Amino acid sequence: MSALSSTYAVVVKDVQSELRTRYALNALVMFVVTTVSIILFALRGDQPSNTVLAGMFWVVVFFTSMSGLSRAFVSEEERGTSLTLQLIASPSVIYFGKLLFNVFLTLTLVFGVTIVYTVVFPGFTIQSLDIFLATVFLGSLGLASAATIIAAIIAKANTRGTLYPVLSFPILIVLLMTVMSATVKSLDGEPFSEAMGDVVVLISYCMVMTAGSFLLFDYVWKD
Amino acid sequence: MTAVKYGSIGIITLVLIAGLAIPLTRSPQGWLEFPVIPGLEEKARNIFFHVPTAWTTVLAFLVSMFYGIRYLRKRNLDDDLKSVTSAGLGFLFCVLATVTGALWAKFNWGSFWNWDPRQTSIFILLLIYGAYFALRSAVETDEKRATLSAVYAVIAGLTVPFFIFIMPRMMSGLHPGAKGDSSGAGPLFESKMMAANMRVLFYISMIGFNLLYVWLFNLRLRVARLDYRRLIQS
Repeated sequence: MSALSSTYAVVVKDVQSELRTRYALNALVMFVVTTVSIILFALRGDQPSNTVLAGMFWVVVFFTSMSGLSRAFVSEEERGTSLTLQLIASPSVIYFGKLLFNVFLTLTLVFGVTIVYTVVFPGFTIQSLDIFLATVFLGSLGLASAATIIAAIIAKANTRGTLYPVLSFPILIVLLMTVMSATVKSLDGEPFSEAMGDVVVLISYCMVMTAGSFLLFDYVWKD
Repeated sequence: MTAVKYGSIGIITLVLIAGLAIPLTRSPQGWLEFPVIPGLEEKARNIFFHVPTAWTTVLAFLVSMFYGIRYLRKRNLDDDLKSVTSAGLGFLFCVLATVTGALWAKFNWGSFWNWDPRQTSIFILLLIYGAYFALRSAVETDEKRATLSAVYAVIAGLTVPFFIFIMPRMMSGLHPGAKGDSSGAGPLFESKMMAANMRVLFYISMIGFNLLYVWLFNLRLRVARLDYRRLIQS
């Protein structure tokens, strides 16, 4: 099998096992519902500004992904299938398969949160669609690439649940600050050229993170 | 190493005395008077302590990352000891830089913490060090702990250029060199705002803090090696 088709096979395997248990999907949906309703309770009918809305949007995305994305490797360790996976596929194939699966999961999550926000917050109207799409796509890519390698690291550690956000947050701050400022721009309806700096930072972040994780994944994955 | 020890102690004592005792005057006449930096005045003395500690923080992180990578290549546990020793010192200097910076911010900008881009970046560095030690305490076997923490140090190191070099220059802030700063880009010591005699003392202080780092690194590495050897024997 070529590398491309084995990567595809890893993604299909993860999607199938996810659809069988729906563990991550259920956790993500419930987490989004819970956090958004907490925000609504806290606001008590106030109309928050665009800055607050954009911040809240990514806060929900960050904490929800922290509850779901670690499954990629933790589930392999829990079911005891990581050794089998090591035997049948090369590390780079596993890495890109898991990364693609996490990118899908993050994109679904962001899509869902966008719909929920549009419904419950009248102030959340996307004025510049091009900025929003670029931000959401690159943001999900960056979030998933950082989350994947951290998930691989914590799968080998003891206290998995609490360690995941602790390790991910310092790495993701740069990304979160950039996507938040770009989301505010998309809600304010600014032209795309205004968000160019943010987009360049996001692209370089995605490239650096993916390349670095790809090079380092071997060391984490092999026992 | 004794030379480094007494050198660092001597130089930092010199910087302490000279940095605090040399008068700041509006029109300096000679080498023993510092010129007044507009907007900073007497508070400018902090530059001899705040900037070198911040620099040593980044240096310690780079050293930690370097030995982490070397561990991944050679699988020698002594490299891991060096990596964690440097990270520990980096954490210490990071706290010092944060505290001196917060004090400076209080008297220059009005409050201890303003979320200026550079304050944000030192905060992220603190978090990275914290996460690094949290990860180390969560792994039991030595080899696994060394590998995972080395990988994490490198991954975290990849994001360091973003918030040390890119973000502070892209966002508006209070530090010199931020976006929209009229006095020119770059930190204070690169610009013409600092006079030659002040810059000499500043670079001496840089050398002093780096020597202090080297001395402490050596000391703590020897302690770590002894601890490790005792752990193996027991």
